[in-house]
Amino acid sequence: MTEPTAHSWEDDIFDALKNAGVSQIPYVPDAGHSHLIRRVHGDPDMIPIVLTTEEEGIASSCGAWLGGKKSVLLMQSSGVGNCVNMLSLLTNCNFPFVTIVSMRGEYGEFNSWQVPMARATPTTFEMMGIEVMRCNSPDEVGPTVDAALYAAFASEQRIAILLSQRLIGRKEW
Amino acid sequence: MSQKVTIERRAAVKHLLQDRDNRLVICGLGSSTYDVFAAGDHHANFYLWGAMGGAVMIGLGLAIAEPARQVVVITGDGEALMGIGALATVAAQKPGNLSIIVLDNEHFGETGMQKSHTSHGVDLAEIARGCGFLNSQTIYDYETLNAFSNLSNDPAGPRLVVVKINSDNPPRALPNVDGIYIKTRFRQWLGHHPC
Repeated sequence: MTEPTAHSWEDDIFDALKNAGVSQIPYVPDAGHSHLIRRVHGDPDMIPIVLTTEEEGIASSCGAWLGGKKSVLLMQSSGVGNCVNMLSLLTNCNFPFVTIVSMRGEYGEFNSWQVPMARATPTTFEMMGIEVMRCNSPDEVGPTVDAALYAAFASEQRIAILLSQRLIGRKEW
Repeated sequence: MSQKVTIERRAAVKHLLQDRDNRLVICGLGSSTYDVFAAGDHHANFYLWGAMGGAVMIGLGLAIAEPARQVVVITGDGEALMGIGALATVAAQKPGNLSIIVLDNEHFGETGMQKSHTSHGVDLAEIARGCGFLNSQTIYDYETLNAFSNLSNDPAGPRLVVVKINSDNPPRALPNVDGIYIKTRFRQWLGHHPC
């Protein structure tokens, strides 16, 4: 994985978050999100919230919306299974929700332990009523995030954006 | 229990909310939700009927979103234990406007009064202190409860108060179960558009 130099798809995500007025960014770190997390930490108008487990970020995002603020959760695919019961909070209360998930375990993966949760990630979201959007190429990322944020916060939709491992690049061991 | 506990949960919650002004209240599922409703319904109450383990984190997101208001999470020992990592997450953020009240009867009251971890010596106030809460205490009696003002703004950081309550199980007091209604009236009370 190489650090982006020019304006990258990671920067497109950051720009979309800024344009939509997202101010709270709860996250469990992942290498695939590392540039974005650094940019969030460098922005005085954004509040990064480091979590101990991914489901915390679902609950905090609901709290943010109760207070009129927008929040987007960052995690990797291996954390999606941790979220299942907390995802019911979104459905029961019709909360808006966007999570951006970096995929591991699906394209050139070295660590086989990442594979089962990668395969279960889309169905886990879908079975809990969350729409899944996937980005495979850099030019898809900005428009997809922008569309998801608009739909979520304008009409209280629940959307998970999967950043494919092909997009992110394999983790070198 | 290490000391004889006399505090009754409904009386404790009524006391804690008697001068609530414009405080925003998040209630953990089960008895905590019933206790807060029994103390008086309010548009600024967010009642949980599920999502166990989420109350503290809802409070954190709200406290960050509404820094000029006091946010109070009222929950039980079982709900707090399920979301125990949230204490570390809150401590890392240090919201001065967030108070967490744990009504600790040392049992899972909704499911048949099985003993919880706190009956085996787990000390939630010590855990909070270890996470970095500067304000963390356990209250065992009405005298201390009456002297305690949980709702003052404290720039030193979030506070967590464990209120040891007896294991009486008062009759259920049931607020509206419609999550969309509970969310929408909460947001409208704060002046936010329904969507």
